Amino acid sequence: MNRPELQAMGERERERQQSYRCRLLCCASTPCLSSGATAVIETLKQFIKERELDANVLVTATGCMGPCSRGPLVTVQTRGLEDVVYEHVTPELARDIALSHAAPEPKALDRNLLAADSPFFAKQKKVVLSNSGLIDPERLECYVARGGYGALAHALREMTPVEVCEAITRSGLRGRGGAGYPTGLKWDLVRKAPGTRKFVIANGDEGDPGAYMDRTLMESDPHRVLEGMAIAGYAVGAEQGYIYVRGEYPIAAKRLENAIRMAERRGLLGGRVLDSSFSFRIDIRIGAGAFVCGEETALMASVMGRRGQPSPRPPYPAQSGLWGMPTLINNVETFGNIAPIIDNGAEWYAAIGTDKSKGTKIFALAGTVATTGLIEVPMGISLREIIFDIGGGIPNGRAFKAAQTGGPSGGCIPAEHLDTPVDYDSLRRLGSIMGSGGLVVMDDTSCMPDVAKFFMEFCMDESCGKCVPCRVGTVQLHRILEHITNGSATPRDMETLQELCVMMQETSLCGLGQSAPNPLLSTLRYFREEYQAHILERSCPAGKCTMDNVPPLEQGADLQRRARSTTSDAEVS
Amino acid sequence: MSIANKQKNPPAKVEEARTDTRYKLVDRTLKRFHYQQDALIEVLHTAQEAFGFLDDDLMIYIARALKLPQSWVYGVATFYHFFSLEPQGEHTCVVCMGTACYVKRAAEIIATVQDEFGIAPGQTTADGKLSLATARCLGSCGLAPVMVIDNQVLGKETPDTAMSRLREVVAAPAATATASVSSATIEPQEGPTP
Amino acid sequence: MSVVTLHINDELVSARSDQKLLEVIREQGIDIPTLCHLEGVSDLGGCRLCLVEVQGSSKLLAACVTPVQEGMSVYTHSERLVRYRRMILELLLSERTHTCAVCVTNGHCELQYEAAELGVDHVRYEYLAPQLHLDASHDRFTLDHNRCILCQRCVRVCDEVEGAHTLDIMGRGANSRVITGLNRPWGDCVSCTSCGKCVQVCPTGALFFKGSSVGEMEKRHAFLSWILNGRERKEWQW
Repeated sequence: MNRPELQAMGERERERQQSYRCRLLCCASTPCLSSGATAVIETLKQFIKERELDANVLVTATGCMGPCSRGPLVTVQTRGLEDVVYEHVTPELARDIALSHAAPEPKALDRNLLAADSPFFAKQKKVVLSNSGLIDPERLECYVARGGYGALAHALREMTPVEVCEAITRSGLRGRGGAGYPTGLKWDLVRKAPGTRKFVIANGDEGDPGAYMDRTLMESDPHRVLEGMAIAGYAVGAEQGYIYVRGEYPIAAKRLENAIRMAERRGLLGGRVLDSSFSFRIDIRIGAGAFVCGEETALMASVMGRRGQPSPRPPYPAQSGLWGMPTLINNVETFGNIAPIIDNGAEWYAAIGTDKSKGTKIFALAGTVATTGLIEVPMGISLREIIFDIGGGIPNGRAFKAAQTGGPSGGCIPAEHLDTPVDYDSLRRLGSIMGSGGLVVMDDTSCMPDVAKFFMEFCMDESCGKCVPCRVGTVQLHRILEHITNGSATPRDMETLQELCVMMQETSLCGLGQSAPNPLLSTLRYFREEYQAHILERSCPAGKCTMDNVPPLEQGADLQRRARSTTSDAEVS
Repeated sequence: MSIANKQKNPPAKVEEARTDTRYKLVDRTLKRFHYQQDALIEVLHTAQEAFGFLDDDLMIYIARALKLPQSWVYGVATFYHFFSLEPQGEHTCVVCMGTACYVKRAAEIIATVQDEFGIAPGQTTADGKLSLATARCLGSCGLAPVMVIDNQVLGKETPDTAMSRLREVVAAPAATATASVSSATIEPQEGPTP
Repeated sequence: MSVVTLHINDELVSARSDQKLLEVIREQGIDIPTLCHLEGVSDLGGCRLCLVEVQGSSKLLAACVTPVQEGMSVYTHSERLVRYRRMILELLLSERTHTCAVCVTNGHCELQYEAAELGVDHVRYEYLAPQLHLDASHDRFTLDHNRCILCQRCVRVCDEVEGAHTLDIMGRGANSRVITGLNRPWGDCVSCTSCGKCVQVCPTGALFFKGSSVGEMEKRHAFLSWILNGRERKEWQW
């Protein structure tokens, strides 16, 4: 396939889509599927067949639309009407929707409507997810109809590898996996590195609990990731790419596999891409359940079939990665940004976001917030806007307590910092990180030492065991947190906590160990009085902890008071 | 003669390997990756899917096919959560313990299941009916708390609804139990394509 | 091979460009503790005792795996480093059951030696003391997991020098264990050549000759350079 053929393919598909009076887009992403989207899609198809509406109505199973807690979702595009989104769609409702919209005088229903101008949609800016929820991820034509693979064709024909790297550098794109390393610089390092073979890896081992951006992108728009990888391959001089998909994401793996097959058949991947001299193959590697494999050196060990243990850097993967060859590793979401940058230009991209953090970021908004789901926002938006405008605030009349970003490597941000702009550097200053984009909102029923314990337990289980500070440090920190939450801690434990945390940050071998203390340190910083209540007063302010192991001597009321006064004396001295 | 053949414990059952079709699936993956040692994890994935768990004979079989030391294969198999070295129960119940589910009190669901069936996460009931497991995050945070019973994802659970569903599943006659082969996958992955 | 110059504790030194920091530091007669490093096998960077401060790097670097660089300025014994080394040893001592008084390597143990050197006289952390088993199925050697610090010297020497790869690590995190074969009793592993290299390189009493009593198990690693020089250069240095 060459460029004109690609354009013709897109044109044909657009014409086909426009020939329908109305298109019903049904979300077939994991959350919607679990809340009954399959039945909705099947009923709709059946119904349309029965009523012989085939020529007028097209039913498409698409990727994620965003507000996952309101699923199953159906978007309706009707000729002569604004697009509308229906929430909590049942098979019965779906029939009504089809009837009403396919009528000669189409009309939107007045039930289960999700207003298009609601802040949930209005405050978002979709760059990476621009196709998500609008295209059928299983059909290459749908992607091409929206300009897909145009960026790859453009790069191959009009740009040199150096120019591609420069464009990415100028765009200001930073790695979306968490650390925020400038992507263009990384590409340039790999491009310049000497090596007979080079590799490109897309990191889709999204292990942060509470984050599912990468999964959604791979499920909703797999070709976007493949195109980004192919452009990267061209820019750095690699002919082989791997996508490392988390084992818990079978649907994503299946759709990617399907996408790779289709792209290869059409000559968009494989040998002589788009009739150029550039060849690029992509293989999928399925993870087997290890959080540490999100770390790049551990991920490479896992791609090579070994125990996923990180190795010390230098050498960096850019010099010596897979099988000792220069290797480019980027997050799946980072690759999702590439095609739009090439399509619209680096300057367009650099105009979005803040000074040091450009572009948009996808967040998985979860926890105790009215609307949970997947959102894409420009960098620099405030947490308050995300949680209270887009997310609709805290339900059940509870109060906001903290927002947890960055998963087990991030931290908890309290209410007083709600107006901080969300970008790499501001979050780091607050003791958290951007991470891959998990954002879990907690209301006042959450107990912070308990949350810290939850994350520490996670890190303890996921530590690979190679280096001592992480292997033993996580266990010791978890022990102390257990003492705090069951009422048997002593004031000295606070010092030990603090000291161990700092030591682990500085001495651990890889990112997992270095960032494992972050949730604990950030809660110590912002919610110290909660820890003190657990230790000095033997009470849990949120009422979550059992406190069932208070030393017998302190169990009487007046003894408790005495204990309190002696410890506070000790603190003064 | 390879080391495995001289093992004091019974070696990989060669006879069985010839007749058991499940070994054919493993062979297919081995062939697809040209018996490269780097493909160990892919091969283990296939083996786990085909057999439901990795027993010693199976690991010896794989070690021999890939020309890897046994301890290497065992080390890799035990490093990753996905691989199970013990047979799983007839039904599996996976409770998501991701942050969103935790904040929405998934721990209470686990405690209830634990009380009722007397098994901790990672264990199987004595009658082999039910295995309980936790997952790191199933990526369905919008539906928190989430649990998966026999590959069916269930959202917005409470301890009560979870228990009633579980009782139903466990009480059902074995014939109606579907796809309870193994693992914590949401749905069975496609077999390897040649 | 080109030569680079660098500063170690403000002293100007020169080194070959293919050297690792640890080697250069030790050549200067500076004593820097290590547990997982072993001359003759590849480096792991796991014990984190040889961490050093390198000017211009925000992170502490493990000297055993860090290549020297022209113009580097390295500090080996800052207050912070010494404090961290002590804490790491405390963590190691708390992880399993290290009771010197009843240990076969008492007096010859590298963990004990480093702890004494750094003045670790007590452990501030809870002793985890998991009850682990002891594998005495081998005719000549015993593996006591309770004294293992997971430095992986035995695994590396078995793989890289002996070439048998009988030993490996299973599990992960705090549940990691050294295994023999398919986690079977050592005595049943026919891949083991009973060469005893693993026993000799083990820094603690986790691996020892059968029949040794308290304090009797003395280890020597000198054989490693002996056989490696012999194998590679046909030179046997007495």
